[in-house]
Amino acid sequence: MHADRDRRVRRMSLLAAPGALLRRDLLIAWRRRAEVLNPLLFALMVTALFPLALGPEAGQLARIAGGVAWVTVLLASLLSLDALFRSDLEDGGLDQWLVSGRSLPLLAGARLLGHWLTTGLPLTVAAPVLASMLGLPGDAALTLLAALALGTPVVSMVGGTCAALTAAMPRAGILLALMVLPLMVPVLVFGAGAVDAALTGVSPLAALLWLAAGLALALPLAPLACAAAIRISAQ
Amino acid sequence: MNALTLWFHRMGSPPTFYAFAERWRPWFLWSGLLLTVVALAWGLFFTPADYLQGDSYRIIYIHVPSAWMGQFVFAVMAVSGFVALVWRIKLAEIVSLASAPIGATFTAIALATGSLWGRPTWGTYWVWDARLTSTLILLFLYFGVIGLSRAIEDRRKAARAAALLAIVGLVNIPIIQYSVYWWNTLHQPSSVRLFRGETTIDPSMLWPLLLMAVATKLYYAWSLLGRAQAMVLEQESGKDWVRQLATADRNA
Repeated sequence: MHADRDRRVRRMSLLAAPGALLRRDLLIAWRRRAEVLNPLLFALMVTALFPLALGPEAGQLARIAGGVAWVTVLLASLLSLDALFRSDLEDGGLDQWLVSGRSLPLLAGARLLGHWLTTGLPLTVAAPVLASMLGLPGDAALTLLAALALGTPVVSMVGGTCAALTAAMPRAGILLALMVLPLMVPVLVFGAGAVDAALTGVSPLAALLWLAAGLALALPLAPLACAAAIRISAQ
Repeated sequence: MNALTLWFHRMGSPPTFYAFAERWRPWFLWSGLLLTVVALAWGLFFTPADYLQGDSYRIIYIHVPSAWMGQFVFAVMAVSGFVALVWRIKLAEIVSLASAPIGATFTAIALATGSLWGRPTWGTYWVWDARLTSTLILLFLYFGVIGLSRAIEDRRKAARAAALLAIVGLVNIPIIQYSVYWWNTLHQPSSVRLFRGETTIDPSMLWPLLLMAVATKLYYAWSLLGRAQAMVLEQESGKDWVRQLATADRNA
């Protein structure tokens, strides 16, 4: 009885700090709604550029839509990654994470989850809009939605790890892109491949399952890597 | 403590490492040069021409060893980076940091010679073949590691950050390679699979290639030790043994 309560208290305290961090991050994001919407607007704008550059012919646009949508989403996520840890490093917040005695991977995981909720999730929700802008038919659009739902968390996690490494630099935009984009090749290949498969009438399940496998791999590993990166940056 | 661990502990001391590198570098350099000359002469003049590609195939004596080295050095960089992160061995940090430019150069050489060979053989400098693409991405991974290590002022912090990125990259390399192969077979039938010939290569062509592979390893050891020596000197610049070294040099 007693032990049971102890265990419950301990579990609560294990998630208490990451939970508070996530609440704080989401609250800040809510207070700065306009800023959070920027990646979404960026993605919509870049997507609108493609028909202007390539011509409005729907068939031609649909053929490249999967790739265009994924590259756009990758770049939009990159934009918001740069500042993910910087302000916490500058005001000593990260040092508090380190000395708090709480699990650093869980805290890092909460931050990464917060990033996905404010960037990856809106982009995923906007997928049908992107799809209709590019003339994707219904089931291919659904595949894009599923692929983004599985792929954007990986982008947030791997990108966040790299962002933790560059947190001490005043501006790391291009360098961060140089670090993150090669690592994102598999997500891009399977993400765009799923849409392509759906478009050509092949089952997109294989590509989606690969994306899910990537997510399953990144979920336990990325918070650990991100915690190690925070240790390096905050020292 | 057995001999190997003892050796590792000794190498942790910068003066010992410096002396070790000083003693072995000439050996690596001269044996590497000798092997290169032998292997290239053998490969370029004494092996028969390929019945299909003629003489142009001879570029493999540069191209293939460089491509092998590009991957090998990345693994060395990540493994020594792991050692540096876990056991905080300064020398491992230096090895990891010093390897990056060498590996990037080998990868770039592999890409450049590959595209030069592709022009007469495939009729184009570049195709989005799976192998080429994953090598290109390997080069980008190197650029990321080098860029990150150059952007951080503090040398030890730079080494640790680059080491972590190298480890993440190493975990990703098989996934990237797999995904690129998947991508290529999805989009176009495999029209170009010339590299499959590697296993069916004639022994007369294989031996110079293997010699060249050893030669590039020796060159890598020479270059790595030289870069590591420079880094050790920079890191220890205030110490007595460095000062003695410098004054001895001046008096000589």
